[in-house]
Amino acid sequence: MSDRIFGSILTMVALTLFVSATKLESPFFADPLGPKNFPFIVSGAALICSLTMIIKPDKDPSWPDIKTLIKLFTALIVLILYAFSLKTFGFLLPTALASAALSYLIQPSIFKSSATGIILSLSLFVIFRFGLGLSLFPFPRFLIG
Amino acid sequence: MELFQNLALGFGIALTLTTLSLAIIGCILGTIIGALPGLGPSNGVAILIPLAFTLELDATQALVLMTSVYYGAMYGGRISSILLNIPGDEPAMMTTLDGYPMAKKGRAGDALVLSGVSSFVGAFLATIGLMLLAPILARVAFYFGPAEYFALYLLAFCTLGGIGSENQAKSAIAVCLGLGISMIGVDNSTGMTRFTGGNLHLYDGVDFLVAIVGLFAVTEIFVFIESRGKDSAIGVKLGKISIPFKDIIATRWTMLRATIVGFIAGVLPGAGASLGSFLAYMSEKSLAKEKKFFGTGDIRGVAAPEAGNNAAAGGALVPMLTLGVPGSGTTAVLLALLMTLNITPGPLLFNERPEVVWGLIATLLIANFVLLILNVPLVKIFTKILQVPASFLLPGVAMVSFVGIYSLSGSYFDLLLMIGFGVLGFTLRKLKIPAVPVILGILLGGHMEVSLRRAMVLSNGDWTYLFNSYISVGLWIAAFIGFVAPIFLRSYLKKPTPIG
Repeated sequence: MSDRIFGSILTMVALTLFVSATKLESPFFADPLGPKNFPFIVSGAALICSLTMIIKPDKDPSWPDIKTLIKLFTALIVLILYAFSLKTFGFLLPTALASAALSYLIQPSIFKSSATGIILSLSLFVIFRFGLGLSLFPFPRFLIG
Repeated sequence: MELFQNLALGFGIALTLTTLSLAIIGCILGTIIGALPGLGPSNGVAILIPLAFTLELDATQALVLMTSVYYGAMYGGRISSILLNIPGDEPAMMTTLDGYPMAKKGRAGDALVLSGVSSFVGAFLATIGLMLLAPILARVAFYFGPAEYFALYLLAFCTLGGIGSENQAKSAIAVCLGLGISMIGVDNSTGMTRFTGGNLHLYDGVDFLVAIVGLFAVTEIFVFIESRGKDSAIGVKLGKISIPFKDIIATRWTMLRATIVGFIAGVLPGAGASLGSFLAYMSEKSLAKEKKFFGTGDIRGVAAPEAGNNAAAGGALVPMLTLGVPGSGTTAVLLALLMTLNITPGPLLFNERPEVVWGLIATLLIANFVLLILNVPLVKIFTKILQVPASFLLPGVAMVSFVGIYSLSGSYFDLLLMIGFGVLGFTLRKLKIPAVPVILGILLGGHMEVSLRRAMVLSNGDWTYLFNSYISVGLWIAAFIGFVAPIFLRSYLKKPTPIG
């Protein structure tokens, strides 16, 4: 079933690629192949393969249960928030919080994950800033001006 | 004679203090990365590339550092295979079959030393093979025109899909995904934008380092959270380490045979180290008179896969350097490094930048001795690394990946894209769709399209031009066989399952 769902999604992607390639206008000075034809070939191949996945699916993989899915989703949110906060809040605080959160998701122990957060944040800052010379801000920019 | 001159040039570069220290640092980092379960060579090299740029190394130095990490990781992968029954990386899977049973019998130290020595034999001889074969192949590559290159890329995709996965359609879909992603951005021939959806960030295309770190490192984080570090199994105790001379001498021919098999598997574009260790193990087993000891801690079962996978690692550098077509996942990552450094691998590299190629080869010859020391007398230090809990290691990997990519572009869009690739990688892994073809597609898609378009310009749109030379016809046939043969061979090439 999973193969069929993913195959259907890929069929849609391949069709979208094909349709958007038809909309590309070849400039009058274009080479014989033009910008369209390679995308046509690739979308054609993708279409054949995704239809094969739908017609001849493999056995379903073991998907994670709801509890694990929530954990994975939390990890995803943590990573997205970290991506956004790195610029605004400096390196130390977001790194400590994000690594503590990820560590907690792998092994739920408040003490161990807090220690992981603090140790990783401080040691990586020292390595990146002083070892590799990256221009990372330790604290939020609005605090240090 | 020319070879010796080139080697002299190479050693002149390799024996400088900076290059030598970078090689040693690379070897140590690589062995650590290889030893840690789940953090394989592709992952390790991928997350270290952005950081290598911040050191402002020149092309040769950056390549030396990263290739030493690659070699180191191939050596280190066996440590957790033997002690924990968990391969440190995919090519080390075959080492669990006899390495772990041997360790359970109380011979963990012997297994580590024996596999360390066979890794050395495989990697060292493969580096010599690289030294001899690469210039010859580079000369052949001079005859390659756009039609031949197009067929060569096709061959790489077909063989990668063929042997590397259990389902042809799935590997092909992975290639198409990669090729599709490679088309995003401004079309270099006409200056038109394609498939950007109007997003300015995508005008430059998808940076392959973002895709690689996402598909390898971020995916690994999700996989680990799913397994919740269950893999940190209780291992076998390591006793005193001594050198088992008797076993080493007894397996000398095994090591040599495995090296040859592994090297050939590595040179085939798209096949790589996993195939090298697999074929080395299987051929040794089929040659043996007494097969029943395989899987129960046979010394040949420990020596063969390690010599095989390390030889394949060296072999995989041959097509990468001479043709620009990587032979494995990690060499794909190394190709990304070269491309970011503005070096185009291929025959011209040997003529125009001999210092890069020969500096690398000379350093690898030296690095093998460094790795032998690290992996035989000092192996005990690296076994301590296995005690680092996953709950500390994985957040560390995540943070290093983020900072690495952030330091390259300073854009949060790239970070989000990297997370997106992580989610894609997780889904692909669940559905058993290999991720390496996606990366190869992203890396080589642009070149493949350019070759096809050039061929069409030269022939004025005549498609038969693609089959105009013996080389290209040969490559097309090889590509077809590479894609179709595994369907019939699959039942013969079943992987033995590890015990325990």
